[in-house]
Amino acid sequence: MSTANAAMVRRYGDDVKLFRTTASKVAYAALVAGVLLVPLAMTDYQASVAVFAGIAAIGAIGLNLLTGFTGQVSLGHAAFLGVGAYTAAYVGGELDWPLLLWLPAAALAGALVGAAIGPFALRLRGNYLAIVTLGLVFVAQYVFENWTSVTGGGNGRSVEAPVAIGPIDFAELTVFGKELTRDQSYFYLVWLLVLVVTLLAKNVVRSRPGRAMQAVRDRDRAAEAIGVELARYKVLAFVLSSALAAMAGGLYGSYQRFVNPESFNLFLSITYIAMIVVGGVGLIFGSVLGAIFITVIPRIIEEVSAIPAIDSFLKDQGITVASVNTAVFGLLIVLFLVLEPRGLAAIWLRIRMYFRAWPFSY
Amino acid sequence: MTVLAFDSTELFQYLAAGLALGARYALVALGFVVIYKATGVINFAQGSFVALGAYFTYNAHVTWGLPFAVSVVIAMVLSALVGIAIERIVLRRVVGQPVFAIIMITIGLLFVIEQVITAIWGVDNLNLEDPWGIDTVTIGGVVISQRDIWTMILTAAVLVVFYVLFRHTGIGLAMRAAALDPEAAMARGVSVRRVVAVSWAIAAMVAALAGVTVASGAAQLSPTIGFVALAAFPAMILGGLDSPFGAVLGGVVIGVTQSLAAGYQWFGPRFYTVLPYVVMIAILMIRPYGLFGTKEASRL
Repeated sequence: MSTANAAMVRRYGDDVKLFRTTASKVAYAALVAGVLLVPLAMTDYQASVAVFAGIAAIGAIGLNLLTGFTGQVSLGHAAFLGVGAYTAAYVGGELDWPLLLWLPAAALAGALVGAAIGPFALRLRGNYLAIVTLGLVFVAQYVFENWTSVTGGGNGRSVEAPVAIGPIDFAELTVFGKELTRDQSYFYLVWLLVLVVTLLAKNVVRSRPGRAMQAVRDRDRAAEAIGVELARYKVLAFVLSSALAAMAGGLYGSYQRFVNPESFNLFLSITYIAMIVVGGVGLIFGSVLGAIFITVIPRIIEEVSAIPAIDSFLKDQGITVASVNTAVFGLLIVLFLVLEPRGLAAIWLRIRMYFRAWPFSY
Repeated sequence: MTVLAFDSTELFQYLAAGLALGARYALVALGFVVIYKATGVINFAQGSFVALGAYFTYNAHVTWGLPFAVSVVIAMVLSALVGIAIERIVLRRVVGQPVFAIIMITIGLLFVIEQVITAIWGVDNLNLEDPWGIDTVTIGGVVISQRDIWTMILTAAVLVVFYVLFRHTGIGLAMRAAALDPEAAMARGVSVRRVVAVSWAIAAMVAALAGVTVASGAAQLSPTIGFVALAAFPAMILGGLDSPFGAVLGGVVIGVTQSLAAGYQWFGPRFYTVLPYVVMIAILMIRPYGLFGTKEASRL
């Protein structure tokens, strides 16, 4: 009875609450505890997949703030990821700054580039903005290839950014007396950051700037007419989004210990868009779901293609696993947008609604 | 240095190569423009129509042994059918969805079609065995390949056909009406569905022609030739999304600048690869709807 009452929305304040009920607080606490225990039971391979998924989740939340909440289509996410990765490589690896400095530095570098690109969105809309940001990817790749003293040129460079905060080294953690491998240790670093970024993003979208951003998305002229400063919020969205992308890029570089310009191509941008599309545009936890889904799918395809019968069929047809991957990826985008435009998150919300209302169907 | 060693033949050589490159961009961009005009959709999958058209030509000419010109026509017809099918099966279901969703769907299609091509024809480079080959013509000391001359002729021809189609035929009038205001056009008895289907068919046919010009001559046929469409974006944006004439002019401007930058190595040996995007961004800052694009009215 008490839970039912707490779930009832009686004031405007109830609508923007982070946790509506005690039950949801308990559920989230259990989720966090679960995430903290999981890596202990993971193999290195599983942990590394989870690390990549976590890094992707941070970047995808960034893109969702820009595209899902502010409605600015960006095909340039890869460029911001690249800026972060190279900043981490330079200030973390070359200048040997500690984690607490190089990660913010990477985010800041991304934010600055985002602030420089943001004003473009004031003059260009929809299709035109999409193509300008597409151009950005090529320009950024050109810079990564040619600014050799920082980026190491076309062959890429190693990244030796330290990941320790004081005595806690996220390259070799000890949890409950158990010494963890590098992959397992990184899991904690990355997923703790995912938690922080999720809370940050949730708080942005439920507060004043978030509502302004959504007003811009829904109809920018109308938002302007009721007093939303377009310039401020469009640029803010670009800054936030690119800072998060750069943070993800920095983590990616430091985890891989290597970056090259090839990694930050148009396909990477499109992968991130696929994450927010599959997860659910305009829902923060959708980006996390989407990031996990898109990161795990290729591994599943790899496993399935290794089954002898399927393997020999693919070989007979001359089809590579990479090409199956790309095709599945393209199909996922098309199918989700045509059949379930609100993504995995909407499916989850529908299931939850069903059980909440059970045994009534409405 | 280049000024001291100025050589007019060299300059004309670069200009001619640039014009031909621009004509190829223009052919691709024209396909974008037709679909955009009729439906307001930028079809990112246009690149896969380019590749598909070239492979259809290859199949008809090399595998079935038909004459080259006949093969090109067959490829155009097949591409048109694929275009209509995609519009019917996918795009019609998402009419009215946000720009972002539609862009993403066409990007998804781009990946799927590219892999379908790979599955059917393989990843290896193929030779289109076109009649132009590597033959060249020399005009006043400037060497131009036959393929480049044909590209320019085809682009000019397509532009003339577009002009006649849009200005002097019933379907052209219907297309312009539907682009201006679909509901008003419907109220006057225009079948908007037919208009959209025809636009996709025309775009796919132009793309097939573009594919032939990209894959012929000294170049070869590979599943990635569709990526020329990415380079054609600046051309299309430069001219304005909804102007066929603008697309051709944009193509020529981008093609010539790129060819000059490559020839004279402006700002380093590889800068010409990103020059189109830099030019595009610069021009959009001054004219947000391109040189000849229609300014979108913003209504509350």
